[in-house]
Amino acid sequence: MVIPGIVWMFIFCYIPMFWLIIAFMDYSIARPMLESPFVGLKHFQDFMTDDRFWRSIRNTLGMSAIKLILGFPIPILFALMLNEIRSIRFKRSVQTVSYLPHFIAWTIFGGITLNWLGEGGVINQLMMALGLQEREILFNSDPKYFWWITYFTDTLKETGWSAIIYIAAIAGIDPGLYEAAELDGANRWQRMWHITVQSIRPTIAILFILAVSGILGSNFEQIFMLKNNMNMKMAESLDLYIYNMGLVSGRHSFSTAVLFVRSIVALGLLFLANYSSKKLTGDSIF
Amino acid sequence: MDRRKRFRRIGVFEVGNTLLMLAVCFITLYPMWFVFINSLNAPQQALLGTVNWFPKELSLASYSVVFNDKNMMNGFYVTTLRTVFGTAVHVLFTAIVAYGMSKTVLIGRKLYLKIALITMLFSGGLIPTFLLMTKLGLYDNFGVFIFPSMYTFFNMVIFMSFFRTIPDSLEESAKVDGASDYGVLFRIVLPNSMAVLATIALFSAVYHWNDYYQGVIYIRSQDLLPLQTILYKIIAENSMSFIQQQAMAQFGARLPGNSIKFASMMVATLPILVFYPFIQRYLVKGVMIGAIKG
Repeated sequence: MVIPGIVWMFIFCYIPMFWLIIAFMDYSIARPMLESPFVGLKHFQDFMTDDRFWRSIRNTLGMSAIKLILGFPIPILFALMLNEIRSIRFKRSVQTVSYLPHFIAWTIFGGITLNWLGEGGVINQLMMALGLQEREILFNSDPKYFWWITYFTDTLKETGWSAIIYIAAIAGIDPGLYEAAELDGANRWQRMWHITVQSIRPTIAILFILAVSGILGSNFEQIFMLKNNMNMKMAESLDLYIYNMGLVSGRHSFSTAVLFVRSIVALGLLFLANYSSKKLTGDSIF
Repeated sequence: MDRRKRFRRIGVFEVGNTLLMLAVCFITLYPMWFVFINSLNAPQQALLGTVNWFPKELSLASYSVVFNDKNMMNGFYVTTLRTVFGTAVHVLFTAIVAYGMSKTVLIGRKLYLKIALITMLFSGGLIPTFLLMTKLGLYDNFGVFIFPSMYTFFNMVIFMSFFRTIPDSLEESAKVDGASDYGVLFRIVLPNSMAVLATIALFSAVYHWNDYYQGVIYIRSQDLLPLQTILYKIIAENSMSFIQQQAMAQFGARLPGNSIKFASMMVATLPILVFYPFIQRYLVKGVMIGAIKG
């Protein structure tokens, strides 16, 4: 019964891995792969001197840094605050509503974003009504806003969903701990900090390791939806660069070389983050 | 904890926190409401997207444009077909592999798990996968929606851990009665795994319904485009050509306006919104299984 699984994995996971070899070749779709000439590290040298490559690295790291620093704590805060709500029915309703956006497609969510941020859109109207700006700002075509747009839309869409895992961890805390702390005279903030946060620390650590190891990745569906010719300067992430070079410009080998390095670095980051976390907090994935 | 104490302490914090949560709900729900009311606007009305609560001029004209659009309806059909088949194949295939993997008597089980784990950490990525699909003849082929997504390691692990909680005696008694491995799986194990089946099916269905990216990369022919890919083209690439023709026929030379975009968005989200209340109770349960075991 396992054999079909192995076969599937071989075809869809291991063959593509084997095909990474074209990063060292001048591959052309017109001839059999093994007849393509080996060119060694040529493509690697090429992208290292490509400005667009470094720009995509900068954009990826910039967007990831914002997401990691300003985005990572938000689901934790949301879970902590939700936990303080006492009416079970209200708590459940808020939770149900909060993860609805996770199930809405990026086409829809991106569509709303583009509309709201566009000329005459909700955001411009609102900011003008509040006196925060005098003229309309073309958020969608001004590159300097792009990173923040991805951050805000991502937070809006995924906060509730990401919080589930923390909410689950909080639900597993022994209520006796809170009672004991209360007897010792701990106030609400002290209980929240010393019991709740400490108890979910391993969960936080694991998710943080995963988040750190993912900094070279970007939410492709999101960026692909929100990018346009005007904001490309700040929007082209590494993933998008690989896509544009490989599938739009047809430079398969070149793109694969970028991809290859990206995967190796991501793997390295995973081990590094895991190792540091193990040293610093004692929590790790493996 | 005792009740008296709880009620005594309703103070600034409680009020503030409740308001905060209400704000979260508002921010979450308002965008959907916005799409809904603007889709009901008369096409001439919704050119600008200002803050509003109700349609200015109630009209179903935009919906009639969407429902009369051949491409949109074909996309709806492709997506439905893809969701139904994709989900069924994913759940069955993953469950079968997971059932095999859940047996400790399996020879080389640890090795298989290692082989599978590597795929989670390291993969061929976009270009090699694209080339493979082309070689397999899946480019511009409906199969590209089904085969590559028929299995994921993560879901397999969730199934596997769940199957291991089912008592062996149950399966053994079925085997004594002469059932085959597949018989045990389909008659005993799966009927006892409804919660996890529902969750995985749900995730898979949502993926298939919402995905636009596969359609962008692998599909060229108009009649194989999934609904979300068509929507992507309308919204992000602003190519309303086909829908524009419909609208022009109905409203003269007037620009079709946002309300048609919004109506298309509503149509593409409706199944999610309709099923969401029924399935959301499985969600948390399913995520927990995944989070704890996975």
